[in-house]
Amino acid sequence: MTKPDFVYVTYIATTQQKVWQALVDTDVMREYWCGLNTDCPGNINLSDWKPGSRWEHRSLDEAGTLKIVGKVVESNPPRRLVVTWGRPSDAEDESKHSRVSYDIEPHGDGLIRLTVTHAGLENDPQMFAGISGGWPQVLSNLKTLLETGHVLPHSRAGMRKTVS
Amino acid sequence: MTSRSATGTETLLDIDKVFKALADPGRRRLLDMLHQENGQTVTALCEHMDMTRQAVTQHLQQLEAANLVAVVWQGREKLHYLNPVPLHEIYERWIGKFERDRLRALHDFKKKLEGDDNDKT
Repeated sequence: MTKPDFVYVTYIATTQQKVWQALVDTDVMREYWCGLNTDCPGNINLSDWKPGSRWEHRSLDEAGTLKIVGKVVESNPPRRLVVTWGRPSDAEDESKHSRVSYDIEPHGDGLIRLTVTHAGLENDPQMFAGISGGWPQVLSNLKTLLETGHVLPHSRAGMRKTVS
Repeated sequence: MTSRSATGTETLLDIDKVFKALADPGRRRLLDMLHQENGQTVTALCEHMDMTRQAVTQHLQQLEAANLVAVVWQGREKLHYLNPVPLHEIYERWIGKFERDRLRALHDFKKKLEGDDNDKT
């Protein structure tokens, strides 16, 4: 096993089931999955989430741009999801894929500990840079969404109010 | 113990832990080292720290309690990772969306004039 490149941890006042749902349900995903790009239309991850199945990370732009592809390695609801992570151009070459694990554990006091581990990025500095900016944003948004029912005031949903 | 604010559930004790953990030059140095190279053992971190292994271990425990450091076991090795999620929440809380590009430009300008390491204390 290669040493992880990044480990991100967040504590969320919710249930394991709701975190799992947020990882596999596109209706929930579209609310929080946005990177640092302020004009981001949102993203969704599509799959049947069964081990061995393909999954796709697509933008919610008009073209539905395919951004990341991979395979579901492990799917153990509501505790653990492991997927591979590759560029669409490397879809068939799994040796170029990195690997993302989501661990959803109860932490007591009504808190869930969500750990996102990303490994195998060492040969892809560009992806490495994109990832390190993106995950903290996605996790902050997810935490806020699950705890309050909406995303951060100055991200997508709240923005329109501020502008008008 | 917890109070709900507009930005989500804010555990007062937790945010206090983050700021207390950051209020020490030794702990900030440990975070700098993990920022430079993520996933290090205590032994590797000790090589660059002018303090005992016991003191480094205690600082790391405090950083872990504040969720600024995440730990991963790999075989018998305990690896330490910088976890920027709580810092990102602080950033989101006080920095407006339209300020980000200007702040980055200002930061780059300052770095260019002063050199790379001047903002580290």
